[in-house]
Amino acid sequence: MLDILQSIVPTVLFYSAPLILTALGGVFSERSGVVNIGLEGLMVMGAFVGIVFNLTFADVFGTWTPWVSIVVAMVIGGIFSIIHAVASVTFHANQVVSGVAINMLALGVGVYLTKVWYDKGQTDMVSQPFYTTDIAILEKIPVIGPIFFQGVYVTSYLAIILAFVAWYVLYKTPFGLRLRAVGEHPMAADTNGIKVERMRYVAVILSGVLGGLGGSVFALTIASNFSSVTIVGQGFMALAAVIFGKWHPLGAMGAALFFGLAQSLSVVSSGVPFLENVPQVLLLIAPYVLTILALAGFIGRADAPRANGVPYIKGSR
Amino acid sequence: MTSNNKLFGLLVPIISVIIGLLAGAVIMLLSGHDPIQGYTALWNGAFGDAYTIGETIRRTTPLILTGLAVAFAFKTGLFNIGAEGQVIVGWLAAVWVGLAIDAPMIVHLPLAIIAGALAGSLWGFLPGLLKAKLGVHEVIITIMMNYIALFITNEIIRSVLTDQNTTTESIAGTASLASEWLQGITFYSRVHYGILIALLAAFIMWFIIERTSYGYELKSVGYNLHASNYAGMNVSKNIILSMVIGGAFAGLAGAMEGLGTYGTISVMAGFTNLGFDGIAVALLGSNNAIGVVLAAILFGALKEGAGEMPTAAGVPTELVDIIIALIIFFVASSYIIRWAVLRFKKEEK
Repeated sequence: MLDILQSIVPTVLFYSAPLILTALGGVFSERSGVVNIGLEGLMVMGAFVGIVFNLTFADVFGTWTPWVSIVVAMVIGGIFSIIHAVASVTFHANQVVSGVAINMLALGVGVYLTKVWYDKGQTDMVSQPFYTTDIAILEKIPVIGPIFFQGVYVTSYLAIILAFVAWYVLYKTPFGLRLRAVGEHPMAADTNGIKVERMRYVAVILSGVLGGLGGSVFALTIASNFSSVTIVGQGFMALAAVIFGKWHPLGAMGAALFFGLAQSLSVVSSGVPFLENVPQVLLLIAPYVLTILALAGFIGRADAPRANGVPYIKGSR
Repeated sequence: MTSNNKLFGLLVPIISVIIGLLAGAVIMLLSGHDPIQGYTALWNGAFGDAYTIGETIRRTTPLILTGLAVAFAFKTGLFNIGAEGQVIVGWLAAVWVGLAIDAPMIVHLPLAIIAGALAGSLWGFLPGLLKAKLGVHEVIITIMMNYIALFITNEIIRSVLTDQNTTTESIAGTASLASEWLQGITFYSRVHYGILIALLAAFIMWFIIERTSYGYELKSVGYNLHASNYAGMNVSKNIILSMVIGGAFAGLAGAMEGLGTYGTISVMAGFTNLGFDGIAVALLGSNNAIGVVLAAILFGALKEGAGEMPTAAGVPTELVDIIIALIIFFVASSYIIRWAVLRFKKEEK
């Protein structure tokens, strides 16, 4: 049993981390009332920037390269998401349409530049990815140590810590209160002097920052290079985690961990006794089926922020 | 006001396309390519000779259908992001019937086409049902249905249709849309009779929406759900039906690929993108049948022509994806175009 846990838990954390990070971005954006179907595109952008920066500056930053790479990916992800903010907040565009366009644009730009810069459809493998490590001191704890703290990626814990930070920010700070108010009842928030458009810009940019982080973590832990098939559906899975987790940071983290489990089970299932006979396809579709069930109300009600997807036009009621 | 709206209805897509193409030129310049050379290659790749014209028509065929799928649902105020999944199951069902049944063409071909449409409508039915009965947002459900379609289809290809292979055998000739005559006049491109089905589907959509009381109800539900309910219309039936019919169009698009272009179905690493491009087509086509056909021709030509760009001008094909994405942004943000046009008019006065 211990062996099984020791092989599964780090894999679950490894697959979940990018989903958690991106889903947190989705929570911020949707809590402010801006639907973000573009999470997939933000992850693509993050993965692209993370890989390109890593390849280009590996000599300069040495072992710090992956860390600098994810920071750069966060910045570019944030900047890239401004397009979605401008379209959906300022120009009152249909947010779903804008999100779809973000997805197409990110993939187009990423692969286009890859071909221009590297003359082929995919980049080389990075020389400075994240490596698994044992976490000092904690790894010595009996039983728990070997399962949770040996041979893991630090980024996995970064994701979990950030989920708690996001929860604190959303529920315990004035900023979080304002952000949620804007997503529930923008007119009331406006009446109280909260700048609705500015809050929504901030929330969308935060989703870009976190989506960029999620994408670059995925690229630098799981994929190691960039091509048109690096990010296939992880962004949508993160979106599913946002909904399954009922638009709550910790709920989203829980859902992302669960989806990570489903993904890793389809990878390690052959080694686990009672899972050997479960057809892989069932594990693959599990996150999506569960999201549909959750939305249909079979797994508790999931209520979206009330103003989600509705552009706020000052003066209209 | 109405004439003004009609004018905008035409201006917005046209201006969006022009800005999109200009942006594409800027991107080519910035990345060190010659835009004139690039766009010449694009044109030659799409309309240069009979072969490329044939291939452009082939590529336009499923785009018309997925565009209709998205546009049709949109008439009822629904956003069908699930066209992608509906295409995949339609493709699978059509090829399945094409492989499994032995019948003369007059029975076999219609049966395979209907199977594709039915599979697509089944994939649209569930989101429609959940929307109508439980008020669940169709966008999320259809996205999830896309992935379920992709994984299940791959599994069926591997385990049911083949013995762990990645591609099925070719369908029987009696279920094929391929046309020797059409191929003959286009230097053996893969153009097939599907284009006639796509155009017929566009006509059917126009007819349903504009000439039947059912179409009137659909539009009415799209404009104001509560008023329609009050007027005695069955709102949930309309919502479900519009997703089902939209799904049938997308399923047909899959059948076109399965019965016309490829004659097989392969395990897919990712999406076909036909459904997502359908969103772009529907948006640019202002959700009406004629607009959808024109937009599908434009995107079909762009996508087909893109294939010529790397060899003739050194421009990666993805330039076209960037242009299409930008066009969507501009159409979606039509607010700014409206603003600019109004401003321009004022200054004229």
